[in-house]
Amino acid sequence: MEHGAVTAEFLGLSFNLSNILMITIASLIVFLLAIAGSRSLQMRPGGVQNFMEWVIDFVKGIINSTMDWKTGGRFLTLGLTLIMYIFVANMLGIPLAVVIDHNLWWKSPTADPAITMTLAMMVLVLTHFYAIKLKGAKEYGGDFLKPMKFLFPLKIIEEFANTLTLGLRLYGNIYAGEVLLTLLAGAGTAGIFAGVLSFIPMLVWQGFSIFVGAIQAFIFTMLTMVYMAHKVGDEH
Amino acid sequence: MHIFNPDSLILGAAGFNAGDMLYQLLAFLVLLFLLRKYAFGPLMGIMKEREQHIGNEITEAETRRKEAETYLTQQTEALREARKEAQALIEAAKKQGEQQGEAILQAAREESNRMKEAALSEIGREKEQAVQTLRNEVAALSVQIASKVIAKELDEKSQEKLVDDYLKEVGEAR
Repeated sequence: MEHGAVTAEFLGLSFNLSNILMITIASLIVFLLAIAGSRSLQMRPGGVQNFMEWVIDFVKGIINSTMDWKTGGRFLTLGLTLIMYIFVANMLGIPLAVVIDHNLWWKSPTADPAITMTLAMMVLVLTHFYAIKLKGAKEYGGDFLKPMKFLFPLKIIEEFANTLTLGLRLYGNIYAGEVLLTLLAGAGTAGIFAGVLSFIPMLVWQGFSIFVGAIQAFIFTMLTMVYMAHKVGDEH
Repeated sequence: MHIFNPDSLILGAAGFNAGDMLYQLLAFLVLLFLLRKYAFGPLMGIMKEREQHIGNEITEAETRRKEAETYLTQQTEALREARKEAQALIEAAKKQGEQQGEAILQAAREESNRMKEAALSEIGREKEQAVQTLRNEVAALSVQIASKVIAKELDEKSQEKLVDDYLKEVGEAR
């Protein structure tokens, strides 16, 4: 069950071509979905537009639950892109995994820690960026000394811990799901008896993976907004 | 079945590739930009527009309702006014009718009184005239009697008889 990956060198950086492919596909799907939802805008929404508006309202609800809309409104597009991209990326690995010459091509891009950590780091950098932009450098720095000065080291650790947990939680959930799916699929092809036996667990686990994928997309977006509110908000 | 390579469990299927991170970051930012420009921007625009539209509709509906209420009050007022007016008209007509009847009755009464008066005075005048006529006749008769008496130069007896006769005659004529 161990799969390799095709890598390529470009400008001194190594690229996992499978990741590149899946990132592109996930981005493309999200883009096409969003375009389909906003292609023929109508006052009375129907079909995909309705769905997209529901997603927007959903993310609005997430933001409103963490900060007031005056500061949170600017993060709506970020939250929307995050939740849609991560959800689609999580879903991609569920129905199939394409392996060519023992190299894994089709999988969830979020089943790679580098990808999820990239997203997590981007979010954390954005929280610091907006904290400085909205509150000024002085107050931003001062926040590290609150509520007590001796908590400063903990505050620094907290930033790294936040980044790590945010990225690795997503990776762990999705990767574990894929590993188990791969195992079950491997069992399914091992023989008729094992195939019949693994069919039901396969079904159950795929359903559960859909649930986990959706929940993880929601959690990632929710935590993004929580960290953002933590940095940007004035309640501390 | 193969056994998992511990490396693949920790770092995914194919180890660590810095290029992936760069690509993911770039892809995400490009996606963010494209979605903002082509999808969410217009979508949020129309959502805001709809919100405003609904707000306007509600305001308009409220205005309409208020207008309708005003109209209703006006109509009710007008109806009450009309009813009152009609009542007044009927009342006036009734009163006028009564007055007219009274007047006619009065006039008739006066007329009849006048006629009665006229008839009475006529009767009185006729009577007066009759009395006058009779008196004249009596006087004429008296002159006739006197002239007859003088003309005949009767004796006492016959004169008495004559007077009696004449008196009788007058009495009968009366």
